[in-house]
Amino acid sequence: MNTRKTFRMDGRTIPFEDGQSIIDAALAAGEYIPHLCHNPEFTPHGSCRVCTVDVDGRMVSACTQPAAEGQQVVNNSDPVNHYRRRLLQMLFVEGNHVCPGCEKSGACQLQAVAYYTGMLAPHFTHFFPRREVDASHPDTVIDFNRCILCELCVRASRDVDGKNVFSISGRGIQSRLIINSNTGRLGDSDYDRADKAASVCPVGAILPKHQGYEVPIGERLYDQRPISVVGDVAQAKQGDNGDG
Amino acid sequence: MTDRLETAANPEGLNRVVIEPLTRVEGHGKVTLLQDDDHHIHQVRLHIAEFRGFEKFIQGRPYWELPVLVQRLCGICPVSHHLAAAKATDALVGCEALTPTAEKIRRLMHYGQVLQSHALHFFHLSSPDLLFGFDDDIAHRNIFGVIEDYPEIARQGVLLRKFGQEVIRVTAGKRIHGTGAIPGGVNKPVSGEERDYLLADVRQMIEWGQQAVELTRRIFMESPDYHREFAGFDSNMLSLVAQDGAFELYHGGLRALDENGATLFDHADCQDYDRLLHEEVRSWSYMKFPFIVKAGQRDGWYRVGPLARVNNADYFPTPLAEQEAQSFRELDAGRPVQASLAYHWARMIELLYCAEAIGILLEDDDISGTELVRRGEMQHRGVGVIEAPRGTLFHHYEINDDGLVEKANLIVSTTHNNQAMNEAIRQVANRYLDGKELNEGLLNHIEVAIRAYDPCLSCATHALGKMPLEVRLVSSGGELVDRLVKSPAGEVAHGS
Repeated sequence: MNTRKTFRMDGRTIPFEDGQSIIDAALAAGEYIPHLCHNPEFTPHGSCRVCTVDVDGRMVSACTQPAAEGQQVVNNSDPVNHYRRRLLQMLFVEGNHVCPGCEKSGACQLQAVAYYTGMLAPHFTHFFPRREVDASHPDTVIDFNRCILCELCVRASRDVDGKNVFSISGRGIQSRLIINSNTGRLGDSDYDRADKAASVCPVGAILPKHQGYEVPIGERLYDQRPISVVGDVAQAKQGDNGDG
Repeated sequence: MTDRLETAANPEGLNRVVIEPLTRVEGHGKVTLLQDDDHHIHQVRLHIAEFRGFEKFIQGRPYWELPVLVQRLCGICPVSHHLAAAKATDALVGCEALTPTAEKIRRLMHYGQVLQSHALHFFHLSSPDLLFGFDDDIAHRNIFGVIEDYPEIARQGVLLRKFGQEVIRVTAGKRIHGTGAIPGGVNKPVSGEERDYLLADVRQMIEWGQQAVELTRRIFMESPDYHREFAGFDSNMLSLVAQDGAFELYHGGLRALDENGATLFDHADCQDYDRLLHEEVRSWSYMKFPFIVKAGQRDGWYRVGPLARVNNADYFPTPLAEQEAQSFRELDAGRPVQASLAYHWARMIELLYCAEAIGILLEDDDISGTELVRRGEMQHRGVGVIEAPRGTLFHHYEINDDGLVEKANLIVSTTHNNQAMNEAIRQVANRYLDGKELNEGLLNHIEVAIRAYDPCLSCATHALGKMPLEVRLVSSGGELVDRLVKSPAGEVAHGS
């Protein structure tokens, strides 16, 4: 008799296959676990920690933790969501995320996850880092103010596009996204707007140029339904995700 | 002119009276008066005590963000900034003419904006002065007093404003800080359902608009000489007009007339605004002092807003507003009306015009069209001009080859009226306060003069980086410990 392996999450039985992570098994079963750096198309990264869950009393990231038979997982609880809100608040104050003026507002995964977890204010003191906008490419603009270092563009460019246009440089609080070109500017790199890396950014850091706010308020990706129902930015059809 | 009251010859030993904050105006400002022991006034200044700095911090931002980003200057008439920036970005993306749908939706949004802003100003902020008298009990002289004594007028004010806000919501997506206008057009048409929703109320709004005009006319004509004299002075007037000279709020040429109605310039292209108008910075205010270059720095100051627009327009394109405007023009036998308090009357004529124009546009099938955006060849310089509720508003942007803003200049409506408001309060101080012991009622006369202009002080503060500043560190004993001085060039040095 072939019985599928399962674990329990928030009182529900979740089936999984060997090697599958907790988050992928949960998402496949229709259970949403908040996340930012995870995308099932790419190798798990475990950097944003927003998918942290309680597994048998230990806090672990659901994207890097393999599912195991009989695990007791707590996903949607006050303590776990409190922890996630703190992580999100740190992401908000570390960059310059000005939602009221951002063209990605309403279709931004960081904003949508913050709403989903009930993050109402940044709590911590803003860093207000001085970061540049790279608009040197004819089709794409990179606003480093909004980068959350999820490395999805790094992985997409390396693993799918085979170009290695992006990388992370520096350590700790000095970490930053850099571009592989002689000048460090996107316009001088091998990047092309048809690249996979052009469509995976969960926030408003990598965006099509010369457009913004084309989708009216009320029709943007997360205007009507929460991210737990709508899913990730990258899953939405390219060009139909709110602002490109 | 009351130039002598701008700066006292010998300020030492004079008593300083401060009205701070100014109430029932948008933004934060203050008035200072210097009085000698015999209560004679020696100096009167309207100060703007805050600044914005938008022109600086939008440098380096992509141009397509501007209509949404820059409207955050203000929560009262953000649509004006939204549309002025959108018009400037139209020029940047090489859009020479909007599609009929885009232009009509933008007009609808703008008329909704002017209607709600004018309703807010008259009913909520100014009607207490006009209905109860300038020196009525301060506890009663406010919107709650109006609700108590004139509940129907207060109700109409609230619902007129609500209607304007709903027009904005339908066209921009939100009542405040929407995203409807984008470079080269708009992002949505008006649906049949939305049109019917707004049409249901428009007739009532026109009727209330007529009543509001009648109310302001009646108040003015109850004491015409007093209302002419109060903060009354001659000045030039600047506004947009349509190609045929008609009243225009959204798009047209610039017309400047002198105090007798003679033309200083007419149908001027807004792209040349910086050749027609210059701005002067003075040490004591964050708000600049613009002037018409042709008339010179001393005599070239002017007024904008409802009074200037109604004076400058040859006619109103809607029948009821035109009828009211004819009555208005008869006040001074065809000469431009100069009374500051006539601003209220002119403002309600404009409110009526907006209600009529909204009704006409809502019946126009173009607002439900599908061609929303037009673009052409990218340009590096774009100037947008619009008649905001408070007057002519300029947005000027220059971008680099990458599409990032390199330079921005905003001349905001209230800034144009800076000299006029200072002139108004000096007239009032000279006429009603000089030689008298000051009390709240008398000081409110100063505020009444300022309120006539409906200033939005938060929008109007753009002297960042050019303002000479002085910081003094004074010990508890009153001795000067240190002094820092920033020169107009931005150099900071210790002084003795």
